[in-house]
Amino acid sequence: MTQLTRREISQQDYERVQSSAEFGELRKRFRAFAFPMTVVFIVWYLLYVLMSAYAVDFMSTKVLGNINIGLIFGLLQFVSTFLITALYVRHSNRNTDPIADKLREELEDGASSDRLEKGAHNA
Amino acid sequence: MPDTSPGEPLLNISIFGAFVVLTLFITFRASRNNKSAADYYAAGRSFTGTQNGTAIAGDYLSAASFLGIAGAIAVYGYDGFLYSIGFLVAWLVALLLVAELLRNTGRFTMADVLSFRMRQGPVRMAAATSTLVVSIFYLLAQMAGAGGLVSLLLGVEGALAEAAVVFVVGALMIAYVLIGGMRGTTWVQIVKATLLIAGAIVMTVLVLAKFNFNLSSLLGAGAQAGSELEPGAQYGLSGTTKLDFISLSFALVLGTAGLPHVLMRFYTVPTSKDARKSVVWAIWLIGGFYLLSLVLGYGAGALVGPEAILAAPGGINSAAPLLAFELGGTILLGVISAVAFATILAVVAGLTITASASFAHDIYATVLKKGARTETSERDEVRVARITAVVIGAIGIVLGILALRAGLNIAFLVALAFAIAASANLPTILYTLFWKNFTTQGAVLSIYGGLVICVGLIIFSPVVSGADTSIFPNVDFAWFPLRNPGIVSIPAAFLLGYLGSVMSKEKPNEAKYAEFEVRSLTGAGAEAAIKH
Repeated sequence: MTQLTRREISQQDYERVQSSAEFGELRKRFRAFAFPMTVVFIVWYLLYVLMSAYAVDFMSTKVLGNINIGLIFGLLQFVSTFLITALYVRHSNRNTDPIADKLREELEDGASSDRLEKGAHNA
Repeated sequence: MPDTSPGEPLLNISIFGAFVVLTLFITFRASRNNKSAADYYAAGRSFTGTQNGTAIAGDYLSAASFLGIAGAIAVYGYDGFLYSIGFLVAWLVALLLVAELLRNTGRFTMADVLSFRMRQGPVRMAAATSTLVVSIFYLLAQMAGAGGLVSLLLGVEGALAEAAVVFVVGALMIAYVLIGGMRGTTWVQIVKATLLIAGAIVMTVLVLAKFNFNLSSLLGAGAQAGSELEPGAQYGLSGTTKLDFISLSFALVLGTAGLPHVLMRFYTVPTSKDARKSVVWAIWLIGGFYLLSLVLGYGAGALVGPEAILAAPGGINSAAPLLAFELGGTILLGVISAVAFATILAVVAGLTITASASFAHDIYATVLKKGARTETSERDEVRVARITAVVIGAIGIVLGILALRAGLNIAFLVALAFAIAASANLPTILYTLFWKNFTTQGAVLSIYGGLVICVGLIIFSPVVSGADTSIFPNVDFAWFPLRNPGIVSIPAAFLLGYLGSVMSKEKPNEAKYAEFEVRSLTGAGAEAAIKH
């Protein structure tokens, strides 16, 4: 069982990691994607909702046969959701996972503070 | 057109029976490994991201999604489609902001995370209370759906027969949870999600084949029958209904990441990366399913017709089963109805395990027993969880029988559960994860405040009284005009969390925040999978 072999991580370890430059970079990279993207998809969704409620004529404009702007706009919400999902996965794999994995291994293997600080300089 | 109950009740029952036997068998097999609390609540954290993602889709594609959305599109057209978009976009909140951080910092319940850096007692109590309220509301919606199907499929009418079927559903749900715990429940969800998606694909192909795979002519036929292509059929009537629609949209998009039974699923995987993979997989499945629902909804409108749907027993929720009958006769109807039943059964099992886990782990073990953690106390806790599951099941049965009378659209009832989750849970989840100065007082105020405001506004809305469609149509104490309170209660709960924190005498616990933040982003010290 992996649980038993694992070292207890001390409070000092956590505080030291939290104030390290490397963790600061991890936090920054995580938030730099998640926060603006949340604003983007919420605004994009609200735009759709508001137009469905208050711009009915525009949304009812037929584009192709019986397919109107409202339907296309709705389907674009699906597209944007799938796209943001894919972008987030790519961002995590490239930009946050490597730092998170490294910090976690250091904490769980009981890395000395020297190694951690060295890591912080390299970041 | 079928007159009252199409199909062969005997056939429907035997297909449904086959599903029950299959899933009970799986549940029994899964139960062999249920030893510890982590086994019972979190399936030993041993599911893969793909398995859990399928189970999440199973949890999420409840009767509301399958019956409710198809029915809403068939009857209200475009406005029904709007539901599905809110339900889908909402997953981005869970993916970007919640799932991984929650997996890294919690053990079994939502309250684990919310109370992490706060005073345990009050925050756990608050989080467990809102977990119970949201889960029971959701349960009510599912039971109402079961009731609607019963009269349609089994040809049983009359209060006693319907009550008997709700009782059987409730008893089966308790059996799944008691025997299989989270592991068994998860497998039931996976089987059910697979059947549901397969069934929807078959029906979609059959519908499209009738229109030479031309979406435009399907839409045209739907529109001709009365399933509107323009927005506004349901919500565009007046300024109030438009505002109601905006309010509903808020609740949908912010509710998902606050649903306790969805959050609990993130603990069944070994790492936060698997939690991420779960959500990604769930988004693809759920999004794909809603695209199929669009076809099914307009297909039901075109081939069955809104009037026929509304006139059928089960009303708006019967669109999908009636469409199945139209496309493939009694056999397809039997299969689709069994899938719909299975859906309800699996979702109520998921809700029951969530609610019982929260009671046993948060209220019983931590608040009442003051949380001394030994092996005996864990066994004791699981025993309490099992007893609670039976109690919740009983409550579900009673409410379900009552819900049969109300006849509201399931998707609408579920939207109210979303509003409560978005008001009582989401603000505290986001503040806990991202705001250093959030305090115990802020959390307690936001949870109880959001809960009371949201439920209060529902009570004083036209849902409960004052309109023909109300639960109590003959009295009128409705002074709140909107049927969904999200637009008021969600910002109010965010505000209360903020004010409660800045006005709090207690200083935020910086050391605990350091631990919380590092754990949430790196996964260090997270609960690992159990290897048997």
